[in-house]
Amino acid sequence: MKLAVSIAAVAALASVPLWLRDPYLLNALITTGIFVIGAMSLNLLLGFTGQLSLGHIAFFGIGAYVSALTSLGFDIGLPGGFRIVHEPWPPLAGFALAVLVAALCGYLVGRLSFRVRGAYFVIVTISFAEVVRLVALNWVELTQGPLALTSIPPMQVGWPGLGEFVFRTKLHNYYLVLGTAALCYLLIARLVDSQFGRAMRALMENETLAVSIGIDVTRTLSIAAMVSAGIAGAAGSLYAHYMKIIDPEVFAFINTVTMVIMVITGGKGSLAGPVVGGLIFGLMPVALRPVMAPEAQWIAYGGILIAILFLMPRGIVPALARHFPRPNPAAPEAFANRDAKESA
Amino acid sequence: MSEFLQHLLNTLVLGGTYALLGIGLTLIFGIMNVVNFTHGILYTFGAYIMFIVVQKLELNFFLALPVAVISGWLLGALVELTLLRPFRGSDIDTTMLVMIGAWIAMQSATLWVWGGVAKSVPTPFPEAPLVLGPVSVSWLRLFVLAAAALLIVLTYVLINRTRLGCAMRATFQDHDTAALMGVNVDLVYTSTFAVGSSLAAAAGALLGPVYVVYPQMGDLAAVKAFAIVILGGLGNITGAVIGGFILALAEELGAGYVSSGYRDAMGFLIIIAVLIFRPTGLFPRAERVG
Amino acid sequence: MAEAALRVDKVAMHFGGLVAISDMTFVVGEGEIVSLIGPNGAGKTTAFNVVTGFLTPTHGEVSYRGQVLTGLKPQQIASLGLVRTFQRTSVFPNDTVYQNVVIGLHRRGKATLLSSILGLPGARQSEAASRREAVQLIEWIGLGRRAHDLAGSLSYGEQRLVGVAVALAAEPSMLLLDEPVSGMNASETHTFVQLIRKLRDRGITILLVEHDMPMVMSVSDRIVVLNYGRIIAEGPPDAIRNDPAVIEAYLGQGVKHA
Repeated sequence: MKLAVSIAAVAALASVPLWLRDPYLLNALITTGIFVIGAMSLNLLLGFTGQLSLGHIAFFGIGAYVSALTSLGFDIGLPGGFRIVHEPWPPLAGFALAVLVAALCGYLVGRLSFRVRGAYFVIVTISFAEVVRLVALNWVELTQGPLALTSIPPMQVGWPGLGEFVFRTKLHNYYLVLGTAALCYLLIARLVDSQFGRAMRALMENETLAVSIGIDVTRTLSIAAMVSAGIAGAAGSLYAHYMKIIDPEVFAFINTVTMVIMVITGGKGSLAGPVVGGLIFGLMPVALRPVMAPEAQWIAYGGILIAILFLMPRGIVPALARHFPRPNPAAPEAFANRDAKESA
Repeated sequence: MSEFLQHLLNTLVLGGTYALLGIGLTLIFGIMNVVNFTHGILYTFGAYIMFIVVQKLELNFFLALPVAVISGWLLGALVELTLLRPFRGSDIDTTMLVMIGAWIAMQSATLWVWGGVAKSVPTPFPEAPLVLGPVSVSWLRLFVLAAAALLIVLTYVLINRTRLGCAMRATFQDHDTAALMGVNVDLVYTSTFAVGSSLAAAAGALLGPVYVVYPQMGDLAAVKAFAIVILGGLGNITGAVIGGFILALAEELGAGYVSSGYRDAMGFLIIIAVLIFRPTGLFPRAERVG
Repeated sequence: MAEAALRVDKVAMHFGGLVAISDMTFVVGEGEIVSLIGPNGAGKTTAFNVVTGFLTPTHGEVSYRGQVLTGLKPQQIASLGLVRTFQRTSVFPNDTVYQNVVIGLHRRGKATLLSSILGLPGARQSEAASRREAVQLIEWIGLGRRAHDLAGSLSYGEQRLVGVAVALAAEPSMLLLDEPVSGMNASETHTFVQLIRKLRDRGITILLVEHDMPMVMSVSDRIVVLNYGRIIAEGPPDAIRNDPAVIEAYLGQGVKHA
């Protein structure tokens, strides 16, 4: 049932370019898709461990910069007269490195910042993102600072001798983003449904009890942070190779807030939530552009966030799901049969 | 040596306004358990009030300052009544997200009305700085320091010498007990948010004329305020004052001896370092407000 | 007495100037049911928190089957087979009873993160095994009819049972029960006493903190009485019932003695 809905959704999304030819709309869909991946990764933390990370864009940005620098190459001097010269590598290697480096950063940041909780955790994560932004802004030799990294090559897959494929057009990138998003969705679904995912949920619901039955808090949360950051890094990499230009503004706090709004509106802790919220908030600018100035749109977004928190604190998807109750798929039949016998 | 003295003097001027920002936030955070993302916007708001009153209405600079403080008070009370009161009893993450929503809406509104171009506020002070031996300071900055010091003293008096301050201290300790003892907790919350907001507006009104006024000026100010609160310990006013000066010193020295590009990184690095190595803040957690 | 399982040796716990426990020494033998009782504020819950690693004692040490517990985190202590229940927050409220127990099976899961994500056969088998175990455990404890209800929606007494089921899922060799029957009615308490005996028959050592005197007297092999952070008496129920120091401690406080 759930699988059928997912396949139908992916099929529907895959068919969009067949009837939608407008490059402006396709562009909006691609950037929206990239942000949906980011929002899904944020939901893994916010929705399934209950930790509100407001520095999430850092991992997205790190992924973007790592991927861009790997495929562009760089030449930097370090203190003590050392030089690091890196020749350009294929973009796919950039993608892989982006995921790895972002995941590693996520693990380390998680390891350090999960010592504090609640408001303090939120503030540490914001600070981390801002420090990374300032480094990207000031380490001009590596990042070009505000001048931005330009001419980033498009994503490309293949193997020497076996031929290769370059994601040059919007259409190519649309399918690239859709495929990556579907994979990430599957990965997160598997993860939260596993023993590890149960441990995450247990910590969110009742940390003391979770610890008392042998769940390791720091390890569980750090690994969740690692996976979440890795996925955000993948989204960042796609962003860099699609936009072909990135500057330190990618780390802006407002980008984290955008992802947070997507997750909260769609429904944190629900797998489909960030997708629904992401599509709504990603495409709303397209719908509102003819009627509202960008500033007015942002005023509306702020208002919508507050309204959702007040009217539908759990988000759209869980609110809708309540109207379509379905049996718990994870539960075995044993009790159901027994209940049936007893009530008979 | 004179360079170092100059840094110390700059620290003193900057630290005063940082302390104002920090006190406002630590009151709200400590008493209401709300992470106030609109704090920076109130700072921006105070600066724009100065711009409007002095530049647009062409009124007296010294009159504009109390107008900014009172406007900040009113806006803060409005935000509390309309946005926070309906969410009373929600968890801290929810109110934090509400405040983020309010921040986005208010900042975008500022941008919409005034545009993104930075404005400057004319001041009645002479251009030539006051030279004191090896160091110099502008008259405007001296005035900023004096005004900030006055406001800090007034806040101490409010907290320690008035009935409202007494109710605020009681609520900080235990809001349920305070409510049972007849403290009007709703009133305390609204007043706390209004007072905290007016202090942020005051800081903006004082620093706006020193630098320039633009819609995003409050973002960094808010983060700095968080750094100060974390340094000083939750709800600790004296801690916030000291934290304000420490942050100002770290920024001055960082900008002077490391790289001016990393001036604003100091606040974040302090936050990260303090929370990781000393999560209770540099000063033991205050037993009471004041 | 059987071989010692839990050994509490000269443990003291100070909070600032307040002495919650001073010089507490007692032993729980393998397969025994021991109760820790005492008037309100006698230090029972503190003692519990020290034993399970939620507090680090100021002096002295606790050891389980020869392993010193000082410095271990609660989850490490749980891994040694020493598992506790809680007085108030005893369940995962937003999960069903069944899911609660599956979460409790955490320690037994064999699947690695990667094999779960890839859906490898090993992970699937481990999951299937967890489900079977959970079903058995729920039936055994008598919550079969509640299996698909949210734990938070259950009555207080039923939540305590879920708490025990979650603890049992962690495969304890010793179970520490923190006031398990408070809030239960007489018949629920009676059922629970039988459950405790059944647990012991499964080879689980039990340490109980409880207020309900008749229940303690009927189920315990031995009783340790705390007052003002000190042990004032220790022995089998009959001896404790007639111990002058115990009567004094309870009557002196105006608490009705059972």
